[in-house]
Amino acid sequence: MTQTMLLVGTSKGAFILDGGTDRTSWSVRGPLCNGWPIHDLQWDPANRSIYAGGGSVWYGPAVFRSDDLGETWNHSSEGLTYGDDGPKIPTVWNVTPANGSIYAGVEPAGLFRSDDGGATWGHVAGLREHPSRPDWQPGAGGLICHTIVPHPTDAEKMWVAISAVGTFATEDGGTTWEARNRGVVNCNAPDPYPETGQCVHKLVMAAGRPDRFYQQNHCGVYRSTDGTQHWEDVSKGLSSEFGFVFGSHPRDPDTGWVIPLSHPEEGRTAPGGALAVWRTRNGADSWERHGDGLPQENAYVGVYREAFAVDRLDPVGVFFGTSTGQLYGSIDEGETWSRIADNLPPIWGVEAVALD
Amino acid sequence: MTTVILPRSLVSLIPGTERTTQVDATTVAEVIDRLDERTPGLRNRLLDSGPSIRQHINVYVDHQPARLDTPVGPDSTIHVIPAVSGG
Repeated sequence: MTQTMLLVGTSKGAFILDGGTDRTSWSVRGPLCNGWPIHDLQWDPANRSIYAGGGSVWYGPAVFRSDDLGETWNHSSEGLTYGDDGPKIPTVWNVTPANGSIYAGVEPAGLFRSDDGGATWGHVAGLREHPSRPDWQPGAGGLICHTIVPHPTDAEKMWVAISAVGTFATEDGGTTWEARNRGVVNCNAPDPYPETGQCVHKLVMAAGRPDRFYQQNHCGVYRSTDGTQHWEDVSKGLSSEFGFVFGSHPRDPDTGWVIPLSHPEEGRTAPGGALAVWRTRNGADSWERHGDGLPQENAYVGVYREAFAVDRLDPVGVFFGTSTGQLYGSIDEGETWSRIADNLPPIWGVEAVALD
Repeated sequence: MTTVILPRSLVSLIPGTERTTQVDATTVAEVIDRLDERTPGLRNRLLDSGPSIRQHINVYVDHQPARLDTPVGPDSTIHVIPAVSGG
C-alpha cells in the first residue's frame, strides 16, 4: 500500500504530515529544520531524500537534506554565494532535483546547482548574465528565482521563473538563457509587452507535454503550446486574474488548478472571503469553481506561490496551505475539500509525496 | 587558549559543536577558521560574502563589540550572540 506524506514549509520551520494509505487522517511532525523559515521542500524519488530550501535571518541561506523521511537533517550552503564582491544571498526559494543534480533558486534571483547531493553548490552564472539583468526589479516578495522546471528527458533544457522579471529558458544546460514572455502583459508598466518585467508567480509544465506550459501571473493566467515561445491569456471565467499558484495534473495535460485571489492592491486574499479552488479539465479553455468543504465566508486568507501540490495517486490528491496556517486537501481531484491541519505558521510551500 | 561561547541555536544546528569551547587564535577571523576546521559549515553560518560577519550576528571580545580583525588573546572570551531580530 502506498504511504503518503505532505512536506510543508513555513515561516517557522518545516513540517511533515503523514497521511497513511487513505489520505483521510494526518499526523503532524515538526517544526523541523531547526525552525528556520523554509520556502520550499521537494522529494527526490531517485534516492528517497527530502530537500528543504530556506534562510535564517541570523545564519543565512541553506538547503537542508534528510535521507530518513525527515527524522534527521543536515544542511549546507557551501558555494551558495555570488562571491565576495557580489550581492549577499539571504535565502533559498526553490529546490528542484533533476537529472541527478539538485538546483536551487535564490534571492536575489539566480540559479545554483549541486552535483553532490547538496553538499556543495556552484553558480549557474549564465542566467544572471542575461542582458536584461540590470533592469530586473523585485516583486513584493523580493527579486527571487522561485520556480525551476526541468525538461523530463532533455537535460540541456530548463525553464525558470523570476519575480518580477519573467520566464527564462535554456537549451544548452544553463550556459545561455532566453526570455520567454511574448504575449504576457505587464499590467504595471507603461509598455504592456516588454521583453522582461512580467511578474510570473508560478510556472508549470503539462504532464507528458513538454511543449505545453501554464503560468499564474500577477496579471492573469496564461497558456503556452509552443514551449513558452508565445503565451495567451486564459483567465476568462475566473473570479480574479490574480493569484499565486498553478497546479498541474500528474497525468492529464488538460487538467489544472488555480486559486484566484483578490486584486493585488485590494488584499490578495480569497475574493469576498469565500475560499475556492478553480479547476480546468480542457487545457484552461474554461474553469469550474470548487468550494465544497472550504470556508465560504470571512476567510480572508492568501495562498502563496509554492503552497499548492498534487500527488500521483488515482484519484489525484490536491493540497494547499494558507497564509494563516490552514492546510486543506482533496482526494477527489479538487471536487470536495477538508481541512487537514490548522494553527501552523504561515505556510509557504507544500509538496505531496506518495511512497512506494 | 581563547574561550568561545556559541549560541544554543547554532550548537543545535551543527552536530559536534559545543556551547563553550577553546581555540588557539589571534583574531576573531582565526577563531572562526579554527571552529570551522572542527565542524565544517560553521563558518558559513557566521560569515557572509565579503567576508563579513552576518548582519544579525553579534560578536564580542571581552564584552566589547568586535570585527573579524579584532585581536584576541589567550585569556580572551568571545561571545557569539544572535541579534534581537526576526519576527
